[in-house]
Amino acid sequence: MNSGLGDTPILTTVLDTAVTWARKYSLFPMPFGTACCAIEYMATVGSRFDVSRFGAEVVRFSPRQSDLLIVAGTISQKMAPVLKRIYDQMLEPKWVISMGVCACSGGFYDNYATLQGIDQIIPVDIYIPGCPPRPEAVIDAIVMLMKKMENGEDLARRPARVEQGRVTMQLPGETVPVAKLAERT
Amino acid sequence: MEPRDFKAPLLEKFPFLAEFAWRSPFPSFYVPADRLLGVASFLRDDLGFDLLADLAGLDCSELGRTPRFEVVYNFYSITHKDRVFLKVAVEEAQELCEVPTMTGLYATANWYEREVWDMFGVRFTGHPYLKRILLYEGFEGHPLRKDYDIRHRQPLVPGAD
Ligand code: SF4
Repeated sequence: MNSGLGDTPILTTVLDTAVTWARKYSLFPMPFGTACCAIEYMATVGSRFDVSRFGAEVVRFSPRQSDLLIVAGTISQKMAPVLKRIYDQMLEPKWVISMGVCACSGGFYDNYATLQGIDQIIPVDIYIPGCPPRPEAVIDAIVMLMKKMENGEDLARRPARVEQGRVTMQLPGETVPVAKLAERT
Repeated sequence: MEPRDFKAPLLEKFPFLAEFAWRSPFPSFYVPADRLLGVASFLRDDLGFDLLADLAGLDCSELGRTPRFEVVYNFYSITHKDRVFLKVAVEEAQELCEVPTMTGLYATANWYEREVWDMFGVRFTGHPYLKRILLYEGFEGHPLRKDYDIRHRQPLVPGAD
């Protein structure tokens, strides 16, 4: 490779690492707060827990200017298309944190009105259990996400489709139902 | 103003009102659907019940009562600080499942009645805009009816559960 930059064969890797490092410490969250969990997220951003220590304090209420979707609250069937559209409007690379049992699984709202987990309609990177989760748990999730980004898979585009009632994710060479991802680690 | 005894004049004017007891300190009466508006306008104009505080539906199919549905009206008097409940029994059969609308007397009834229609499928005759208020267009059935399967989903995003 004659790039004029010497004979280092790992140029792209180094660039990826640098870009990932920069992204990791400058996450722009888009809070999708629909219920009580959103209050706990506000506490996380506030001065006591101060999520800016982790570089994720610039909250953007615009999907096009953010790269981390934090779904904090109950998602009703009526709200589901809105959430899906917000997710679709975000630019790659993008990540999703599902905060609280409502967003993760519908929680105790097992009824006609509530979506039984946002992973039915969009891919999720980190799930936070709790009702509501404490701010420490949210910070833990952000740190976990940073570790995940370090692994490098974050720069790959991850188109998700809904197929026969399940969200599937395109990983290199195969299509995996999101629900099965956890079993693979 | 002090709470007063309004039961005597009310029963004197409408002797058909059937009082019933439940866990409430406030007077509560069953009223036939066709007399509902007459009683309500008396409550509003002569007894000073100036607020329709609430209006709810009830599916009695597991309470062993007939007919199946009831609509409960909760009137409050801001001046006298007292309260009265009216109940209308509603038949289950599709063509009988209706109650005259209260919107002509109390504007607040508009959204309450839409909610009862949405959840229980009780029609309010004469309502200016009887459309679903909480659930979405295309939702089938009325989910607070006891025979609505609790696990039945009607997702808007195709494939969701
Ligand atoms: S998980 Fe609990 S705190 Fe969070 S939105 Fe649901 S009910 Fe509210």
